[in-house]
Amino acid sequence: MLIYILKRLVYVTPVAIGVSIVCFLLVHITPGDPLSAILPSDATLELQEQMRAAYGFDKPLPVQYALWFWKVIHGDLGTSLATGRPVASEVGRAVSNTFILSTTATLIGFTFGTFFGFVAGYFRDSWLDKLASGISVLGVSVPHYWLGMVLVIIFSAQLGWLPPTGAGPDGSGGWRPDLEHLRYIILPAITMSVIPMGVISRTVRALVGDILNQEFVQALRAKGLGEYGVFKHVVTNAAPTALAIMGLQLGYLLGGSILIETVFSWPGTGFLLNAAIFQRDLPLLQGTILVLAMFFVALNLIVDVVQTALDPRIQRG
Amino acid sequence: MSAAPLVDVKGLTVDFAGSAKPVRAVSGVDLTLAKGEVLALLGESGSGKTVTMRALMRLLPKSARIGGQVRVAGRDVLALAPDELAAMRGPVVSMVFQEPGIALDPVYRLGDQIAEAVMRHEGASRSQGRARALELFERVRIPSAARRLDNYPHEMSGGMRQRAMIALALSCHPKVLLADEPTTALDATVQIQILLLLRELQRELGLAVMFVTHDIGVAVEVADRIAVMYAGRIVETGSCARVVQAPQHPYTQGLLASRAGHVFAKGERLGTIPGSPPDLANPPPGCAFAPRCKVAEAICTKDLPREYQAEPGHVARCVRLAPAPATVAA
Repeated sequence: MLIYILKRLVYVTPVAIGVSIVCFLLVHITPGDPLSAILPSDATLELQEQMRAAYGFDKPLPVQYALWFWKVIHGDLGTSLATGRPVASEVGRAVSNTFILSTTATLIGFTFGTFFGFVAGYFRDSWLDKLASGISVLGVSVPHYWLGMVLVIIFSAQLGWLPPTGAGPDGSGGWRPDLEHLRYIILPAITMSVIPMGVISRTVRALVGDILNQEFVQALRAKGLGEYGVFKHVVTNAAPTALAIMGLQLGYLLGGSILIETVFSWPGTGFLLNAAIFQRDLPLLQGTILVLAMFFVALNLIVDVVQTALDPRIQRG
Repeated sequence: MSAAPLVDVKGLTVDFAGSAKPVRAVSGVDLTLAKGEVLALLGESGSGKTVTMRALMRLLPKSARIGGQVRVAGRDVLALAPDELAAMRGPVVSMVFQEPGIALDPVYRLGDQIAEAVMRHEGASRSQGRARALELFERVRIPSAARRLDNYPHEMSGGMRQRAMIALALSCHPKVLLADEPTTALDATVQIQILLLLRELQRELGLAVMFVTHDIGVAVEVADRIAVMYAGRIVETGSCARVVQAPQHPYTQGLLASRAGHVFAKGERLGTIPGSPPDLANPPPGCAFAPRCKVAEAICTKDLPREYQAEPGHVARCVRLAPAPATVAA
């Protein structure tokens, strides 16, 4: 198993380097001069050149990449053009906020998703199945920012139960695990959980239906197992795939929550990305995208390893 | 067969509530199986042999409606509550499936799959269950049994998997073993080994075995008695030797003629039965085989033939066996 993990780590390295190149290029291909955002419009040509040299924008792209890459592997993601603070600390704070939000959302989504999925799969084509499947289709198809706004209208504006935006009472600061902060995470987490819930419940429904139709379930009944005994086997068979889907969903949420974080002003990576794009903050944008991409790579790796550990049919080689 | 038979089936019917019209897969099967006896249920695909067998332990999809009477070891199987039924499956009746590759849970170790059954029925601990599994693996002659207990099904060959399946079926000392084409998914050399193993275990343990097969060769190899099924009915029953040597029903005769077992001259054609089995959603009136029968008479398409005795213990559903009506001399 250890050898398998090491092997997978080796395979991941070229992927990670490729991702970093794409990150770097994407940002540099976009039109517009990053310096124009921070320099006053009447800045002299000389000053512009000076700034360009200071940020290294005057060098050829490969050289820029090499310099950036060298810094990155030493943990330095550069300095934000807008705030002048190190990108690494900005991203780090945002990542921890996003991580908390997406993990909570994924756990909620996974819990309800597997529950609905099992119900729908077990009672296929009954009204229970239609209800559970209906909920999950709704979850996948409802626009999430819209759902977020509706929830805010109901629970914050009308009922006044929960705060509408932010991660805590002290403004845009980080999230901390206490009761006061917990109130702030409820609405965004529920809004976000609808996505993985829908996907997971549909996957689990298909999985469970498929497993129940397999001959070995008949054989389990033939050796005298009751519904509970069979259920244990169904869970064991469904677990690797369900967990893999959960991992991938977590990956999507870690990177793809710009809309929800913006609706709720959640100080996470999506919020940060949004700000970086509008402010043309190249180093911040680059750093954030890179970190998110690396998250996705790492998560895929973890999913693979966990799945291999759970499913004996996958070769560990 | 003086004592009450271990398995006693009377008027068994199985209907599948299909989308348009219900399909009667089994329509009135009577059969008995005594302790220590091997019965082969012989028939082609769709003749209802597997459904008949699965009805003995009510292992059919929810859409199936089972009628008639099924008694196994004194229990009225069709009247059992779900927990009583589950308690019966394993210690009373157990089953060897056709394809061990898909009938074993792919993500459980084989030893644990056997231990699970023992734990379920005998309240044994996991280690006791594993000990039983080891015993059984040795009994079905799986080499390096102790190591193989920790294998997953995909790590074994087809023949070894079927041995493991047999070990699983025997794990709670059943009285009746149902074998659903247990050698069909295996290649020829392995088939013989598995058949010999089953025969040997049956004799040693005094098991009653019901063996479903479409292969007459297999039936002859293992069975004491043969029951030939066609379109959901048993058309001929008798001792293995008599059915093969003196088949009474035209369908059985056709089956025997279509065997390639005999040495036949080059260029000689293999016997066939023309036509195809009837649609069970719209069964023909009378004898279901009549439309394909070379010797059918007018009455065959009208009334369902009853069972006629050809010799003691050998019966067939064919009007040609009816005793000649006593014609009154004019």
